[in-house]
Amino acid sequence: MKKLRLHQCGNFNERYEQELSVFETDFGRLWTCIGVCVLFGIVPFISSLYTLYIFNVIAITAIAAIGLNILIGFTGQISLGHGAFFGVGAYAAAILATRAHFPFLAALPAAGLITAIVGMVFGIPSGRLKGLYLTIATLAGQFIIEYVLVHWESLTHGTMGMILPPAEIFGIQIMGERKFFFLSFILLIIMTTAAVNLMRTRYGRAFVSIRDNDRAAEGMGIPIFRYKILSFGISSFYAGFAGALWAYYMTSITTEPFSLALSVEYIAMVIIGGMGSITGSIFGAIFITGLNELLRWITSILMNIHIGGAVSLTIAPLRELVFGLAIVLFIIFEPRGLAEVWRIIKSSFKLWPFSY
Amino acid sequence: MSDNILLQLNNISVVYSDVIQVLKGVSLSVPKGQIVSILGSNGAGKTTTLKAVSGLLKTENGSVTDGSIQFNGMNIENLPPESITRLGIFQVLEGRQPFKYLTIEENLRVGTATRWGKPYKKDIERIYNYFPALVQRRKTLAGYCSGGELQMLVMGRALMAHPALLLLDEPSLGLAPLVVIEIFKIIKRINEDQGTTIMLVEQNANMALQIAHYGYVMENGKVVMEGTAPELKDNPDIKEFYLGVGATGNVRSYRDVKSYKRRKRWL
Amino acid sequence: MVFFFQLLVNGISIGFLYGLAAMGFVMIFKSSSVLNFAHGELLAFGAFIFLTLVTWAHLPIIAAFVVALAGSFVFGFVIERLFLRPLIGEPLIYVIMLTVGIAAIFKGAMLLLWGGNLYIYPDFLPLAIGIKWGVVNIAPVYVVSTTVGLVFLVLFGLFFKFSSQGIYMRSVADNQQAALSLGVHVRRVFALSWAIAAMVAAMSGIVLGIINGINVHDLSSIGLKVFPVVILGGLDSIGGAIIGGLIIGLLETFTGGYISPSLRDVVPYMVLVGILLVRPYGLFGLVEIERV
Repeated sequence: MKKLRLHQCGNFNERYEQELSVFETDFGRLWTCIGVCVLFGIVPFISSLYTLYIFNVIAITAIAAIGLNILIGFTGQISLGHGAFFGVGAYAAAILATRAHFPFLAALPAAGLITAIVGMVFGIPSGRLKGLYLTIATLAGQFIIEYVLVHWESLTHGTMGMILPPAEIFGIQIMGERKFFFLSFILLIIMTTAAVNLMRTRYGRAFVSIRDNDRAAEGMGIPIFRYKILSFGISSFYAGFAGALWAYYMTSITTEPFSLALSVEYIAMVIIGGMGSITGSIFGAIFITGLNELLRWITSILMNIHIGGAVSLTIAPLRELVFGLAIVLFIIFEPRGLAEVWRIIKSSFKLWPFSY
Repeated sequence: MSDNILLQLNNISVVYSDVIQVLKGVSLSVPKGQIVSILGSNGAGKTTTLKAVSGLLKTENGSVTDGSIQFNGMNIENLPPESITRLGIFQVLEGRQPFKYLTIEENLRVGTATRWGKPYKKDIERIYNYFPALVQRRKTLAGYCSGGELQMLVMGRALMAHPALLLLDEPSLGLAPLVVIEIFKIIKRINEDQGTTIMLVEQNANMALQIAHYGYVMENGKVVMEGTAPELKDNPDIKEFYLGVGATGNVRSYRDVKSYKRRKRWL
Repeated sequence: MVFFFQLLVNGISIGFLYGLAAMGFVMIFKSSSVLNFAHGELLAFGAFIFLTLVTWAHLPIIAAFVVALAGSFVFGFVIERLFLRPLIGEPLIYVIMLTVGIAAIFKGAMLLLWGGNLYIYPDFLPLAIGIKWGVVNIAPVYVVSTTVGLVFLVLFGLFFKFSSQGIYMRSVADNQQAALSLGVHVRRVFALSWAIAAMVAAMSGIVLGIINGINVHDLSSIGLKVFPVVILGGLDSIGGAIIGGLIIGLLETFTGGYISPSLRDVVPYMVLVGILLVRPYGLFGLVEIERV
């Protein structure tokens, strides 16, 4: 029988593979299995449709957030165009499904690929630009894509929006929150696994080396331009994939949501979740989506109370305010994000009662 | 003697980022109007000692955890650099750090930061008097000047502030021997003319001991030897390890070179 | 032809306003290397303070103007103290995101206070300062905006080139450690640059408000338009900010006038990407002097 791997007090790894393994201990593996069983076996059957809707949104945004974390957290290239890439994916899926009659299973990755190509095109400036200048170039990308989506009316119907056929896998229609729950979470798990494993390969290590010091990485023989473009491509693939999934989930899309605000929201997820942590992006997606829903709930209550009658409270300003506050507080007090909080909680359990 | 002491370090320890202890109980004193030189190999803690005095440790996440630093009888350890410079302590950083995008003259004007609002024209003339090489380049961006000019510039910049104590960190770094001699002549002159007390960190022990009154030798974050400059110069160990002269007074032969294993350690 | 000249004049005066807004932005970047995403909100804040003082407190115009500028000055100072001070030395992205967060907070707060409606200032500019030049009419507002832009360009140029405080600010931007070693009060320099930037932003906010009316969304979106302007001019060049502003202003009005009004908001960004590919440091940005 294989020896159970428990937590050791110190680093006793003897082989390089041990250092690279996903799960440090067999308990980690066990807990992950239990988590997945609970997720698919219990959650969809006890939750209300509204809760399931929130779960689905979380799963979709988490995929896109993981993509952005690969770019920002691992490769160190700050992009302000992720919301637009998400939109490109949604529109690509819609166009493929309605014009070219792609089946769902083909449209999803195809939309991802198209977005990846668009992302790589907008990543080209990273060859010459660094830091702030690159950030602003991606900001320009955001505005240009937004403009194209609205004004290329023959292809996107402009502000009219597009309607998608329902997702269908092997003849089964994926309609309704519960069925979509299984779809979105299976895809999330696939994409998360892919991302975690990508970071263990030479590509992942090359990304990290570019983030830490691109000059030195270049000196080590890493073709940094190619890798930066690759990182933009992978990141946009995730965004496009999530966007396509979102389009199928909503079944009708307009250009409105894919604005700079969405890009900012994704960066907020990455930061609040924890840069350079895949699980962190999922936490970030949960936090921001939860915050959005919470604020919607609070404002609907406030609207019903009618304070003073004439006060017309809309959700937008309050949402902006709390959202900004959350970002600012996280950056000032826990810049490493929820992933760090989670790590501290975990290790305090693990090490209890002797924390030294 | 004791009222004559301008700066007194009492058994200070310095820790970076709460983990790396660099200075392990350093004590030294700098008498008013003298040049005190600190010698030692790379990583001995010389620069850290200077930064502990000038307060620049803070920007590198270091702090004085133990002991005290007294300047004119006042405790200054862990004060922010803004307050320390206002007491008249100025450090000239290692490796010449000019403001690259400012002209020579603008660089000098930054030196007036602690005397803001006071006239500075005369001071600039005084600096040009010390460093005539700077005059013809006064309108040039500092980023385009030579190493020797920059070293003069950064020293002049600190002199603009009328320092009571000048901390010089390796003024000879990467300069041609002739320029080094010139720079050291000027240091000596500044000390004699203005009565500026100078704490000098140097690798070039030979030059440093020629102008210094007193010297300390540091190793591994501790002071291992001290003495007046002539005493140190005559010390056989110093001679061998820092001045490059064999123990017998002869120029090193190949046999002596092999004696690196015998290098004396004080710790 | 008349249309062309009219567009030219409008473009130049809008350009000066963009340049003015960008100047404050450049100032913050120059001293503390912070890319300020909340600049549009600073603009809007100044405009709304002025509006409140004029319409609600019924202050005379000049007094309201002075008080609004002073208020913005203090406001910028407070922002730096509260939010940016704890982040000195943190990586770039945190600082950028912090300003994004600040922007969201202020936008939300201003929407709560003033709502999303469009306000207009009472008419107070004397018509006499308008210039009629042959067939071309220059409205008083545009005369004012051009004058204000020019005056401040010169003032700031002089400030940074000759005054001691200006030189200290540049020295901090250049080499923080060295500036500290010479006793420059680095934190004070940061605060001062935020305060001055907020003041300049308020000024451009007020003038833009006179031209287009005051609305939280419109004014804060100017903060994003500042990016193409500063990139064109180079992030660290005050003169470049004005020239970048003029280019963007002209580009916008001409595309809006001749091609299509919907294109005018994107054109600056398209030009921006093109320019960045050719000149990564903008037209007037400092090319890094790298010495090893």
